Amino acid sequence: MTDAKTTPSPATRPINGPANWQTPPEKKQAVPEGLWMRCPSCEAMLYKKAVEQNLHVCPECEHHYRIHAEDRIDQLVDPGSFEPLWEDLGPTDTLGFVDRVPYKDRIVKEQKKTGHKDALHAGRAFIKARGVVLAVMDTRFMMASMGSVVGEKITRAIELGTKEDRPVIVVSASGGARMQESSLSLAQMAKTSAALARLDDAGGLFISVLTDPTTGGVTASFAMLGDLILAEPKALIGFAGPRVIANTVRQELPDGFQRAEFLQEKGFVDRVVHRKDLRNEIARLIDYAGK
Amino acid sequence: MTQLNEYTGNFELEFERPLTALERQIDELEAQSDPNRSATGLDPNVDLGSEIRKLRQSHTAMLKKIYKGLAPGNTVKVARHPGRPQAMDYIHAFVKDFTELHGDRQFGDDHAIRCGFGRIGPHKVLVVGHHKGKDTADKIKANFGCAHPEGYRKALRCMKLAEKFGLPVVTLVDTPGAYPGIGAEERGQAEAIAVNLREMARLKTPIVSVVIGEGGSGGALGIGVADKLAMLEYAWFSVISPEGCAAILWKQATPQTNADAAEALKLTARDNLKLGTIDDIIDEPLGGAHRRPSMMADRLEQYLVQALRDLKRFKIENLVNKRYNRLRSIGEMSE
Ligand SMILES: [Zn+2]
Repeated sequence: MTDAKTTPSPATRPINGPANWQTPPEKKQAVPEGLWMRCPSCEAMLYKKAVEQNLHVCPECEHHYRIHAEDRIDQLVDPGSFEPLWEDLGPTDTLGFVDRVPYKDRIVKEQKKTGHKDALHAGRAFIKARGVVLAVMDTRFMMASMGSVVGEKITRAIELGTKEDRPVIVVSASGGARMQESSLSLAQMAKTSAALARLDDAGGLFISVLTDPTTGGVTASFAMLGDLILAEPKALIGFAGPRVIANTVRQELPDGFQRAEFLQEKGFVDRVVHRKDLRNEIARLIDYAGK
Repeated sequence: MTQLNEYTGNFELEFERPLTALERQIDELEAQSDPNRSATGLDPNVDLGSEIRKLRQSHTAMLKKIYKGLAPGNTVKVARHPGRPQAMDYIHAFVKDFTELHGDRQFGDDHAIRCGFGRIGPHKVLVVGHHKGKDTADKIKANFGCAHPEGYRKALRCMKLAEKFGLPVVTLVDTPGAYPGIGAEERGQAEAIAVNLREMARLKTPIVSVVIGEGGSGGALGIGVADKLAMLEYAWFSVISPEGCAAILWKQATPQTNADAAEALKLTARDNLKLGTIDDIIDEPLGGAHRRPSMMADRLEQYLVQALRDLKRFKIENLVNKRYNRLRSIGEMSE
């Protein structure tokens, strides 16, 4: 069930706050060597094209790499069916937050890098001809931390699903609540959860898909509130960061701790699903649980 | 009602050090003016009473000055003062017939969150509060106010009882954060908090929450979704502790970076009121709640009595809608 190679030791993780992980990196970045890359998990040399064609999953060891929101959407929805919404919603630096870099500058830099206003893509789509509202987080943008914009778009997506009677699918990957918006970020946890209460009251379906890594305030709000919760293999999923826990309890963390399979074993994830099966599984679950 | 004792320990806030010389002088003069003591070598013509009064006045003036310009990092220190009244102190002070309820009926009884029925003024309520602990044994038992999933589940179980029997809910928030441990993760810390957020948002009974000390992150919010959310004047409320934030964004937690993070996080009551994340501030006695705990308890009781009276006027459907709109409206963005 566990693979020591893909379970980073606590020492390779940054120091993290209990509800907020800023940048939990993968153990090693896949080293780009032109057309080739080395798998950070099994260290096999892989032809990049082959990896892309394999949905960004290592053909040798099945390691699921983190992927861009655009790729995720392409993998899940019927071709051309994604209709993006609320794309102009952008972050503001209300607090005037400055650490080593001003938040204002971070926003500009991340927007240039990704071509998007913030870390969440949302819209209507069809998955195998089933109409859904889909939201996908993109870790390229400030580790997909949840500030006002992410919280607002998740909330709007849930409200739209409630209004139009469409299942809501959220693919999570996040370092947690965004520190640079402080208690405004914290409030997004309550806001998104409140919206899910209304969807639930209306009998709507929410499928939460957890991918590597889903942590902190995102896990402790909408991500853990799925009627159905799916997770990608070996995805890191937790509330507190492994390093914080290791420092607090002063002992080695168990093998596979906070990985998708661990959560399924403990009863918090319905199914660990391989990326190639995700689209089919979502469609099938909608047939059982959707309206 | 029980009077709360003022703090008598030796803990000293560094930024209050200018006061200690004055306090020592006042103590000495008071000892000398004590009629039971033979005032040996003292000029009988010196009016000690007026001297003491003068020193007291400058002490008060200095205290006012210090607390007026209190840096956010120092506010955090006041919020963590060992003599600061805790939820159980307030419960002893003004909750009549407090009847504690234990356990989540699933795993155990978490001492970091305490729940029970009782009366506040004319209102029968359910009270939920973080418990940090007083002496060492109590603190360890309460995990220093860092709750496990079973604490959040106990709180929700009791809140559902309150809903069923038509009792409003009062929560007193005081935690550095939910406990980051192996067992906590295994038993679903994130799920427990998330479920509380969802269920408190739609609980069909009024909810008033007050951050009385530390409002650390999801661990605070887990019992802090409310119709009215208030903070005591020197409490803090933020997405992460200043130390946690400094460790990540400044790469190290030192006294300087902790203070910088506290400043950047806008975690004080005034800042939160400005951000719209809280509704009210309850003023503390001069120099913090630990100096006049009974006075603080009176003010908190008055606030709760009034807030409950206001919220009870609403039809419950309207109140739950209003609560949704309150939560829904928080956030700052451009479109
Ligand atoms: Zn591999």
